[in-house]
Amino acid sequence: MTARPEGLPSDKLPVGGAMRVMGSETEYGIHAPSAPGANATMMSARIIQAYANLTRQRAAGGAETRWDYTDEEPLHDARGWTVERSAADPSQLTDRPPVLDAEAVALAYGRQELEADGGDESGSLLMNMVLGNGARLYVDHAHPEYSSPEVTNPRDIVAWDAAGDLVALATVRKVAADPDLPAINLYKNNTDNKSVSYGSHENYLMPRSVPFGDIVRGLTPFFVTRQVICGAGRLGKGQDGSTSGFQISQRADFFEAEVGLETTIRRPIINTRDEPHATADKYRRLHVIIGDANLSQVSNYLKFGTTALVLSLIEAGQAPKIEVHEPVAGLQAISHDTSLTATVRLLDGRRVTALDIQWMYYEAAAKLGQETGVSDSFSGDGHTRDVLERWESTLGLLGSNPAGAASSVEWLAKMSLLDGYRNRDGLEWNDARLGLVDLQWSDVRPEKGLYYRMLSRDRMQTIVDDATISRAVVEPPSDTRAFFRGKCVSSFGKDVVGASWDSVIFDVPGIGKLQRVPTREPLRGTEALTGQLFRKHATAGAFLRELLGLDPAPPA
Amino acid sequence: MAAQEQQQPQSRDVEAEADAPEAPPAAPEAQASVATQGVDDLLDEIDGVLESNAEEFVRAFVQKGGQ
Repeated sequence: MTARPEGLPSDKLPVGGAMRVMGSETEYGIHAPSAPGANATMMSARIIQAYANLTRQRAAGGAETRWDYTDEEPLHDARGWTVERSAADPSQLTDRPPVLDAEAVALAYGRQELEADGGDESGSLLMNMVLGNGARLYVDHAHPEYSSPEVTNPRDIVAWDAAGDLVALATVRKVAADPDLPAINLYKNNTDNKSVSYGSHENYLMPRSVPFGDIVRGLTPFFVTRQVICGAGRLGKGQDGSTSGFQISQRADFFEAEVGLETTIRRPIINTRDEPHATADKYRRLHVIIGDANLSQVSNYLKFGTTALVLSLIEAGQAPKIEVHEPVAGLQAISHDTSLTATVRLLDGRRVTALDIQWMYYEAAAKLGQETGVSDSFSGDGHTRDVLERWESTLGLLGSNPAGAASSVEWLAKMSLLDGYRNRDGLEWNDARLGLVDLQWSDVRPEKGLYYRMLSRDRMQTIVDDATISRAVVEPPSDTRAFFRGKCVSSFGKDVVGASWDSVIFDVPGIGKLQRVPTREPLRGTEALTGQLFRKHATAGAFLRELLGLDPAPPA
Repeated sequence: MAAQEQQQPQSRDVEAEADAPEAPPAAPEAQASVATQGVDDLLDEIDGVLESNAEEFVRAFVQKGGQ
């Protein structure tokens, strides 16, 4: 919960700091060691199905809900145009319901592979769920993806993002318990080190009035350099990882453009997909594709917290006025230099390190926080001060004693483990055992995942405790529309036939047609606004009648 | 105002520091050897957790395209 300055309307957040409507998306790496040729889309669908089976056990009437695609607009470009469907890469067409029929899978991955994997089950597999915590769990291309519910601050994103890892773990356990299925492992990483990358995306709500050019100028130097605090570390360089060595970021080598609409090809540092999933004339949803998936809570917290601060700087017109020469090359040069001494050239001629640029952004954000009062320890927003303090102390450690940041900064934590192996066993960087350490770092099973082994030995700092994360698996955030969505699913699951970011659709006996409840304002539908209604009504019919102002049901 | 202060995030490491009994600072060599011992224990544990046949396991981890 967050302090709310007096006089601030309930659908506004304090501006100038780290509070903002935001969400995370994680595509998990998927692998069945005993069935290495298994179809990835089919396996991903089994993962979603496993969670559907689990939630059916948990919630009376079933907690699974279909996704509603009405408002998906993946070809809208924030720069003001729309791509023709015929000109788009097939992987960009994310607005068509992925009914997993045998034909679609066969087209994508070859019929033989499908038949080898048992095509019969495909028609019955669920591809897409809305969860009781307000999240979405679905098959995205060839990976299971968890999209967190909307939250208002970086602490909550850490909790609801980590909740996704527990959801992933639960599905792995469920599949492993089925003697008829090969066990499936899930990895929270971003590459197979064989030229393929899959994303971990961030979403931030912004006022549409901010010119997109300001966003590009303000964010690019920050995105080129923020990897030093939130990179997850990667063994190998180049898209196929064939050049030996360790680098800071999982994703850096997969970026080829500065600005663009694509997310699967020619990946851009700034992505222009413009699907607000909210009132379109008021908001844009900034879709960030450059981040690494983080297991380290501190890296994840700083990734979202500092980015939110920089967006506040851009909105206030106070972002550092710097421009990086050749940002894509700079992104990769910084990722490839774990000594943190690599420099990039600014258009004003200066050569600066990633840390230099991060300090410029920090100073500007600290100043804005002070001016707006949001970073005040008593009257502030309860988040900005902590983000600024952690950002400052992390940058300080990276500049003076990087090893001291190994308990918080993910790439340094991973590197410390790899260095331990190299020192003890005299391994070269291209040793397969180090490749396994890199991969297994991100296994979602705590007994196998090396991040979790470090965590259990108190070698990783945390932001939220285990109980908070467990609660976030089943409870939605209280202060966004995700509360309404999640509670509809968990309270009235059997009467909810579809849901999306900005709607919930009911099919209630006795109320003639389908009822679509729009939720286009991300800061409405909160517990403060609708909690009473959920507590008051035991049935979807009575709930909906009061919510929509329908006539009460006729007496039976 | 005091209640708001309590809402400030508090990290686990800070709590752990507060709870830890005070010990005299160890000599630098002793600290280094404790750290080395910790890493050795960690690596020993991880040896037992790593998938067998590293080379084959890593080679078989092949992903289809993603975003």
